[in-house]
Amino acid sequence: MSDEIKIAHLPQDERVLLMPLVRTTRGFWIWFAFLATITAWGGVAYYLQLRRGLGVTGLNTPEYWGIYIICFVFFIGISHAGTLISAILRLSKAEWRRAITRSAEFITVLVIAFGAVQPILDLGRPDRVLYVILNGQPWSPLLWDVCSIGLYFTASSIYLYVPMIPDLALIRDLKIRPTWLYWFLAIGYHDTPRARQILQKIIAVLAVAVIPIAVSVHTVIAWIFALTLRPMWHSTIFGPYFVVGAIYSGIAALILAMAVLRRVYRLEAYFKNVHFNNMGLLLLVMSLLWTYFTFAEYLTAWYGGEEAELATFWSKLTGAYAFPFWLMVVSCFVVPLALMSRQATRGPWGTTIASAFVVLGMWLERFNIVVPTSVHPRIEMPSALYHPSWVELSIMAATFAGFILVYMVATKFFPIISLWEIREGREEGVHEVTERVASYLPDKVEVGT
Amino acid sequence: MPRWGMVIDLDRCNGCQACEIACRVENNVPVCGPQAARENRTIFWMQVVTATHGDWPDVRTRFLPRPCMQCDRPPCTAVCPVRATVIDAEGIVAQVYPRCIGCRYCANACPYTVKSFNWVRPSYPESTKPMLNPDVSTRPAGVIEKCTFCHHRLQQARDKARAEERPLREEDYVPACADACPTGAITFGDLENPGHRVAKQVQDPRAFRLLEELGTHPKVYYLAEER
Repeated sequence: MSDEIKIAHLPQDERVLLMPLVRTTRGFWIWFAFLATITAWGGVAYYLQLRRGLGVTGLNTPEYWGIYIICFVFFIGISHAGTLISAILRLSKAEWRRAITRSAEFITVLVIAFGAVQPILDLGRPDRVLYVILNGQPWSPLLWDVCSIGLYFTASSIYLYVPMIPDLALIRDLKIRPTWLYWFLAIGYHDTPRARQILQKIIAVLAVAVIPIAVSVHTVIAWIFALTLRPMWHSTIFGPYFVVGAIYSGIAALILAMAVLRRVYRLEAYFKNVHFNNMGLLLLVMSLLWTYFTFAEYLTAWYGGEEAELATFWSKLTGAYAFPFWLMVVSCFVVPLALMSRQATRGPWGTTIASAFVVLGMWLERFNIVVPTSVHPRIEMPSALYHPSWVELSIMAATFAGFILVYMVATKFFPIISLWEIREGREEGVHEVTERVASYLPDKVEVGT
Repeated sequence: MPRWGMVIDLDRCNGCQACEIACRVENNVPVCGPQAARENRTIFWMQVVTATHGDWPDVRTRFLPRPCMQCDRPPCTAVCPVRATVIDAEGIVAQVYPRCIGCRYCANACPYTVKSFNWVRPSYPESTKPMLNPDVSTRPAGVIEKCTFCHHRLQQARDKARAEERPLREEDYVPACADACPTGAITFGDLENPGHRVAKQVQDPRAFRLLEELGTHPKVYYLAEER
């Protein structure tokens, strides 16, 4: 009996959620080939950069950092989709989380790798990258970054893996190929009440632990900029501002992933309108928070009126970078606010469109932070400019394509929705929530006492 | 312990750029060419920055020779993840080329934009290749470089003084730019030694430092123009 027939006879949850593991459509292979081509093209571009040095980029003096560092901040930001959102939803016992945590956690683990590689692409001497560990200088924010991203990657991987063990055990028991993989990954787990209890405890501890780690990651990335004396980088709110931006772009990326998964794997019954509605509300909250931080940041720079700050400030509002700046404002504020503040546009389509704008806008936000400050050093250079080269743009495209590619492949090996958590929701969640609500209600008071 | 410093009298600078050339020759600074100049990828350890004020006929151009400021509290050394840029006991901020990973964080942290990156492999005109200074290593592609106050000259001066069994004198250690300046605008010496000219010059009411308010404590002083 083939795996496909075996799964077709299972109950609904197993049938729908395990089918992508055994059935691969032609559409998948077309996309696979397309994305693999772009990724390979990026590989060619990087090979060229390795051979000829960073001269093949558009970088120069004083534009020392460009596309690679923008993508670094952007992709690490996206990684906040998973761990943070899933941990917060788990801890707050939000029952609607059950269908979305797994897909979120996968984004985190896979995108960190693509983000963390960006500063290495940016190095003039990538052959010396290990010097960061061998000759580490503890006062450098870059070293803090290596530590916090390393810790975050480790913690998120564990946080992805541990809640997946019961599903892996189920797949192992169904003897789906490759059997050795599932046998290995399930590490001999058997779904007894005691095993389940221990698992729940570990998940609860992990969920608490990953939150400060996730916050630290984007705070430290912000400090790479904020701890220099550069105009509009040297800002105390950069830490929290970056964390908010990261969560914001993470939510948007997760909504996009949900919309695609729902369509290609026919998961309408699992990613329901209510999920998009709730994620849309989160997007709305983060949009307002982000706008608040942005406003506070720019007002402070403008009101203080320091000459060096103003040079960067006006280049963004009315100067050479006005287009990316105002497009960012539209993408991160106007569009999400307009779409997400009305229930009618908070469905799958509305949230997806808003999220696409937010992802674009948050990339532009990083561009608007890195480039205008770079080209306006304190001692002005009148001819400063930055035009990214085809090598940088190819590597950026390859990073996007590569991430989508590994995410696609991951959905072919692991159920992208947590089976056991859905089942737990059906069996225990409903009862538990009823009891919880009952416990919130006033106790009975005896008459006459 | 000496604290090496430089004083540049802007009243005496006529913008001839002899300091730039002397520096380039002394330190094997690559000649990047016109293409690199258009792309803002030239390398200068010492650069005469110009600023033009006013409209014709009342035009005035001012010159500011700009080496590394050799800060006492350098922002660049703090951020380097691999100790490839460090400040030594005598206050000279050094670059360690074999250790630099080329992240350019120091270049971004420097408020004076005096750190140059080797975007491509350094090239030299064929005619100057035999004249490369054997006392200064050439740099590979992908690392940062900058003015070192001609640190190799200090080592040579020390060796010479030791061989002649005498203390180091003021005129023993002079960077190439100060050596070459035809108007004597650049003086160099130990800021802590009252016998050295620089120690007196920094007391001049005309003395100022670039972006002093940032708290980087540069050891390059300028004497403002009188007019």
